[in-house]
Amino acid sequence: MLLSLPALHLQTSEYHPLFQLPHGRRGPWCSPSGSPAPLSSETGCGEGSWILVCRLLVPTQVSLLSMEEDIDTRKINNSFLRDHSYATEADIISTVEFNHTGELLATGDKGGRVVIFQREQESKNQVHRRGEYNVYSTFQSHEPEFDYLKSLEIEEKINKIRWLPQQNAAYFLLSTNDKTVKLWKVSERDKRPEGYNLKDEEGRLRDPATITTLRVPVLRPMDLMVEATPRRVFANAHTYHINSISVNSDYETYMSADDLRINLWNFEITNQSFNIVDIKPANMEELTEVITAAEFHPHHCNSFVYSSSKGTIRLCDMRASALCDRHSKFFEEPEDPSNRSFFSEIISSISDVKFSHSGRYIMTRDYLTVKVWDLNMENRPIETYQVHDYLRSKLCSLYENDCIFDKFECVWNGSDSVIMTGSYNNFFRMFDRNTKRDVTLEASRENSKPRAILKPRKVCVGGKRRKDEISVDSLDFSKKILHTAWHPSENIIAVAATNNLYIFQDKVN
Amino acid sequence: MGTMFARGLKRKSAEDGEDVEGGLAGTQATPSYSLQRQSLLDMSLVKLQLCHMLVEPNLCRSVLIANTVRQIQEEMTQDGTWRVVAPQAAGRAPLDRLVSTEILCRSVREQEGERPAPDVGDGRMPGLVPGLSAVPSAQALRSPQSSLWEVDSSRENRGGFQKSLDQIFETLESKTPGSVEELFSDVDSSYYDLDAVLTGMVGSTQSGHGSGLQAFTSAATPPPGSSCRSDLGELDHAVEILVET
Repeated sequence: MLLSLPALHLQTSEYHPLFQLPHGRRGPWCSPSGSPAPLSSETGCGEGSWILVCRLLVPTQVSLLSMEEDIDTRKINNSFLRDHSYATEADIISTVEFNHTGELLATGDKGGRVVIFQREQESKNQVHRRGEYNVYSTFQSHEPEFDYLKSLEIEEKINKIRWLPQQNAAYFLLSTNDKTVKLWKVSERDKRPEGYNLKDEEGRLRDPATITTLRVPVLRPMDLMVEATPRRVFANAHTYHINSISVNSDYETYMSADDLRINLWNFEITNQSFNIVDIKPANMEELTEVITAAEFHPHHCNSFVYSSSKGTIRLCDMRASALCDRHSKFFEEPEDPSNRSFFSEIISSISDVKFSHSGRYIMTRDYLTVKVWDLNMENRPIETYQVHDYLRSKLCSLYENDCIFDKFECVWNGSDSVIMTGSYNNFFRMFDRNTKRDVTLEASRENSKPRAILKPRKVCVGGKRRKDEISVDSLDFSKKILHTAWHPSENIIAVAATNNLYIFQDKVN
Repeated sequence: MGTMFARGLKRKSAEDGEDVEGGLAGTQATPSYSLQRQSLLDMSLVKLQLCHMLVEPNLCRSVLIANTVRQIQEEMTQDGTWRVVAPQAAGRAPLDRLVSTEILCRSVREQEGERPAPDVGDGRMPGLVPGLSAVPSAQALRSPQSSLWEVDSSRENRGGFQKSLDQIFETLESKTPGSVEELFSDVDSSYYDLDAVLTGMVGSTQSGHGSGLQAFTSAATPPPGSSCRSDLGELDHAVEILVET
């Protein structure tokens, strides 16, 4: 399977490191500029493959270490590649997101922590280390809360992280749990003032009688310290659980969506938000549909989409009315009567919706498929990809063990030519929209040595199982890849498997 | 369980004209299909009951399960296998007897006849009163409303399924506090929810005491009385006092 690379980052004089292909060789899959070596992952041979760059763990102790100011947080890097046995449920990664340049990668976990990784800078000495990500900052974003009126806990689990585009030296991101969205500022400090008049070196006030001279504090370099501070807290606006946040292209507003409502916020105002979608019925007895995901259009700040548990997508225009209960466009595929079952509605429920970078398409993920829709065509998707159709005959078991309710996410690559989504058994799938080929890869410790090429996996549906195939009944449904991310411009992907974060890149880089 | 539904459970829609003859007859006639469908119904009802008592359950999941249960009930009603016993329900159209989502999601608390008034919702997606547990079609089915209040009468009929339900109830009950505090702690918090007050839902539902907007609101008809009514009245009264203050 050959994936076309974006034209960036490639030099035509480069040989493929593994197979020593002559440069300038072209095939039908090359981009017009002649960039060589597209990706191939069918059997590992061919002109390109995915390799593991690093596997990162987030052990509980990291957050404690980073609190101590005199430790260079970059020293924690080394600890990540060791095997920690005290991974707890709090370490389960619940969201992954690259920032707009791809320099930073943020993860949120069930324990309410955010860990930000930064890409290793390219250096002449260690060319091969480029592409690795190291810990940049760790902070506790959300704490568990207790709602006393309802006698219910509010989980601290981070549901989503979204970066703001960078406008100055600091980085800003939004993180949310079920009820509260927070805006965090992540900034570096590498100088500190020294030589105060009134304070001594430890910060204690000096006895005024001992002060005999006047001096101006001087900024001196110090070990780099990365601090995260909460700049805004957007609370008390959601009765139901927040499932999505999305930054608007105007960079002044963002939306947060829960099961029944979507609110529009201004970053500067935390005590008010506009309700722009409300699908709560007056009589809750009539509730049959909930909002599952929402996203702003990447370029048109007035447009957004939201998906529902009935497999529909609505495109709304905020210029039309203040409350966007009436959609501008309604996307729904007619049901296939031959596949009808009691589980039809459940598996049609959309778990994720993403605009393409171009803004022309939307991609939706339901339980068994990924679909690409053209915004100009509402009656059916233009492309449908089967993620794990072999599960169709197992729906009852998956309903029983609740796996049928798993919410998988989906992502576009930078050029909108490849889409990726996760599956079970730590498998994840990539689909090339141009060549219509697909690949299944696995993110697991046993099968990945650093820098080794990932071997494509195959699930055997019935009959004879070949040597490298795995049968459907052997799949581990507790190992699910729900969250993945793709670098905005390069072929670098981040895959979250429980408490592990895998970073893979295209070997040609 | 995986073998139970070979390729998902197919059902025929009534509008599917040419296939109805063979299809419906074929699917209906097979006892295995009815059994499968029944067990799916049972499983779904259990799922609605097994809610996390500490954390608010997933609304999407609850809605999907409730929709599945409705689908099954619709089909069973069309098949004629969903029989209703309560006399007051006799005159109504079949659709009225469909279990509303709120009843599906009633909280589990009054078993053993201790507190006949089921609490209707604590802002969660609570479980199901035992009376509504999916009685196999061969046995008498109560109307959804009456089943809420008849806690123990036909317990003996339910067999194995009830046994497992009992276990669930026991574990749930062991978590609940004493009765008086329980009365208020489990009162649906939507009484304090501005939404509930503004939409006038508080204390006005047919079930006699306000139901949660977090949970689904009550069914179409008032419950047939008996001993629970006085308890319901008390609860309602208490709630009204709370709301008015």
